[in-house]
Amino acid sequence: MNDVAPLAQLSPADFASDQEVRWCPGCGDYSILKAVQRTLSQIGARPESTVCISGIGCSSRFPYYLETYGYHTIHGRAPAVATGVKLANSALDVWIVTGDGDGLSIGGNHMAHLLRRNLDCQVLLFNNEIYGLTKGQASPTSRIGTRSPSTPFGSIEQPMNPCGFALGAGARFIARAYDLAQKELPEILKRAHAHKGASFVEIYQNCIVYNDGVFGDFAGKQAARDAVLWLQPGEPMLFAGGSKGLKLDHERLRLEVVPVTDGDWRAAGVLVHDETSRILAQLLIETPIAESGFPMALGVIYCDPAPPFDAVVTAQNRKASAGKRRDLQELLRSGDTWSIGSDQRIGNA
Amino acid sequence: MGIVSTDSGAATRPPPPALDSVVVRFAGDSGDGMQLTGGRFTLSTALAGNDLATFPDFPAEIRAPQGTTFGVSAFQINFGSASIETAGDAPDVLMAMNPAALKVNLADLRAGGLIIADTGAFDQRNLTKAGYAANPIEDGSLAPYQVVGLDISRLTLEAVKPFGLGNREALRCKNMWSLGLALWMFDRSREPVIQWLKSRFGGQHQLLEANIAALNAGHAHGETAELGPALSQCRVPPAAMAPGLYRTVTGAEALALGLVAGGQLAGLPIFFGSYPITPASPILHHLARLKEYDVTTFQAEDEIAAICSAIGASYAGRLGVTSSSGPGIALKTEALGLAIVSELPLVVVNSQRSGPSTGMPTKTEQSDLYQAVYGRNGDSPLVVLAARSPSDCFEVAIEAVRLAVEFMTPVILLSDGYIANAAEPWRLPDPDALKPFAVEFYTRAPTDGRVNPFQRDPDTLRRVWIKPGTPGLMHRIGGLEKSFASGDISYEPDNHQKMTDTRKAKIDGIADFIPEQTVALGETGGDLAVVGWGSTYGAIHQAVGRSRAGGKDVSHIHLRHLWPLPRNLGPLLRGYERILVPEMNTGQLKTVLRDQYLVDARPCRKVSGQPFRIAEIEAAIDQALA
Repeated sequence: MNDVAPLAQLSPADFASDQEVRWCPGCGDYSILKAVQRTLSQIGARPESTVCISGIGCSSRFPYYLETYGYHTIHGRAPAVATGVKLANSALDVWIVTGDGDGLSIGGNHMAHLLRRNLDCQVLLFNNEIYGLTKGQASPTSRIGTRSPSTPFGSIEQPMNPCGFALGAGARFIARAYDLAQKELPEILKRAHAHKGASFVEIYQNCIVYNDGVFGDFAGKQAARDAVLWLQPGEPMLFAGGSKGLKLDHERLRLEVVPVTDGDWRAAGVLVHDETSRILAQLLIETPIAESGFPMALGVIYCDPAPPFDAVVTAQNRKASAGKRRDLQELLRSGDTWSIGSDQRIGNA
Repeated sequence: MGIVSTDSGAATRPPPPALDSVVVRFAGDSGDGMQLTGGRFTLSTALAGNDLATFPDFPAEIRAPQGTTFGVSAFQINFGSASIETAGDAPDVLMAMNPAALKVNLADLRAGGLIIADTGAFDQRNLTKAGYAANPIEDGSLAPYQVVGLDISRLTLEAVKPFGLGNREALRCKNMWSLGLALWMFDRSREPVIQWLKSRFGGQHQLLEANIAALNAGHAHGETAELGPALSQCRVPPAAMAPGLYRTVTGAEALALGLVAGGQLAGLPIFFGSYPITPASPILHHLARLKEYDVTTFQAEDEIAAICSAIGASYAGRLGVTSSSGPGIALKTEALGLAIVSELPLVVVNSQRSGPSTGMPTKTEQSDLYQAVYGRNGDSPLVVLAARSPSDCFEVAIEAVRLAVEFMTPVILLSDGYIANAAEPWRLPDPDALKPFAVEFYTRAPTDGRVNPFQRDPDTLRRVWIKPGTPGLMHRIGGLEKSFASGDISYEPDNHQKMTDTRKAKIDGIADFIPEQTVALGETGGDLAVVGWGSTYGAIHQAVGRSRAGGKDVSHIHLRHLWPLPRNLGPLLRGYERILVPEMNTGQLKTVLRDQYLVDARPCRKVSGQPFRIAEIEAAIDQALA
């Protein structure tokens, strides 16, 4: 490090703390950590201005492994702590790391309100569809039938769709990726960082111990090539090497898969991805991936910026203070006062 | 005109023309504007130079069905020419705007006291709703009192007729008519009320003129109508007050002002995260208007987010403050543990109310002392302070901020529903005379190795406060136990022992940095110490004063610092034969004192949702000395 050039770009290794990483060998969290460190390096982040805030769970150990400021808080409450941090100092670059249990079960309320307020921060929700740290119970994203110590006969609850939750809460940036997508994930994280406001990124993360291979059909090493559609703004929604695309089924107002011949996606009626369309985001999020033939749409699903909460709060505080003096003496005297003289005479002050 | 009866044959004499003190209670439907009437009467009384104390007592229902007993709202004021420390044991005058108000409040009225009733509201329908078989004004059941019945409804309608208001709006001026009469009774000026009406109704000329007309009509009615001996004008001469500049202040206002002052003294912007709850919300309302004092207020999605956002703000280098009442504090408990283990400054205000659970939200109690001192998982000590009166909230809030930042610890400040809403005259302190305690953030980057965010001052055990954004001092903190030596996560058995002991020693050691306990009234030893905390101050002080005047060897000790307790408290208590602890709970401070000092502290309990009366504590003193 050169002292006279403090803004020299740091390497991913500069964002690794001296703490020994203690996730299970083979855990998807390692890949995400690598992607985040790479992202921080590439965006020119300063360690002293970066704050990583987490709740409780395997993913929430994340701050300990980043050479930035970090606060490992309590279960589900990272969004609330982050709100205080950002309102106290909006110059800080805040990254929230959470999981499906932390962010959507015990902390679901905070998550909803952070997104609707549009606090300027990145929310990385590691979704492994299981409670890992407490040894494998079903989570709010576990699929029906998931067998776990708490659901020995299979989970019977309807799982929640994290991106659908985020959209419903009013998030203005929604993306999804998976742990092993080392090429795409840093690009998505960079977009999330560039977006002013709350950026919600769901990251499918493989829990090798309690829910191994649950995303295998699209995120595993063996996943079929045509299982994923990487979204690009302004680009046609093509997958399977451009041989298939997504088209709007006008009758049923849903997406359908259509074959594309000779790259002529226009002729096939394939939709162009419009990140600012909330309706399209809804269609992509609701696409029934369980049905055969549909791809998992990954990447930036929705990005339609609105004024961030911290900026609005600061602006209102400034406006409300304009032209007013900060004078404690005057403040105490506000309202009706009267004076009592040494001769006990009462005067109107 | 309008007089139904002026004398129901009571054996008592009418009040003399000059009085030492008077207790007046205004009572009516929750929509009758009694809190407003009381508040305006309070200001006129303060401006007349009396010492005073008020007690607003209102239902939880915002607009309960009209005429019902559960919809009755009351405002009591005690004012006098001598020192006033409580809102008064028993009203001398009860202004009852309907039968329900009479029914609910009559039992408190002193024998021979004066009832002014709006006979216009004593119709069959309202009588039935209040549960009266016959009209009490006419059936002789009020014989122990003096009764003046006035058709205030009709008199108000007549007074505001020229302004062309609808019947409903016209009747809403009843409170101003009543206020006018009350101001006449005690020879108070109408001018501050008129000024206030002008600011309130600004452009609405019709309403403004009508309200002023009603006020004047009530006043003129007292002056010109021959109301008989019961309702005559009397004077309460000014009290001897220390020279200075005064205003009236409620506990919620004083607390907000104290937090602002504390922030300025610490040199820190304030972040106030809060969720609406009765009776704590007024603190949020006051602070939300003070942005120019570097105050950011945040109405969070719930109590947990309120405290967590405040913790986040403290972590980022502001002074985090949160405020609630018992049930909300319960929700904040886990996060309090995080603030304790992270060793971040935090002020948590609890405006206590009747419990358990939802309890009686608008009624006062002191039953959260155990919760404040002990109510967390793990060994998790923090600082607990209590305010004793509305104006005392100012000083205690500053003390809470001081201890929070000087020791990097959460501080719970206990107020209660009574203190929050009650008003008293406040001799304004000189802010320039307040001692600053400017915070210094740690900025020295280590020349080798990494910073330990839990490195401590050897005397106070305070850890360093490092703001994120400071170059070279990146570190991680959290709820997991950390190493004393490095601040890293540690499960080392000896280390946990050491950290637990250190956290305890830090809080215990604060006793060296707070004032020694003084005796509020009386001697430093003797037959009996009456030990109190919080809003019981006035009642205890007066009761002890009266007992001492009666020759009893009794003293009053009132605690502001509840945890840690003042260093000399144990020896001080051992100087008395007996110890009596009046509390609005089942004996919580009593238990703490027994535990800490092995003294035979005896309880004096009241958990009715109402403050102690002076007479109740006097009786307990007599019993303790018997």
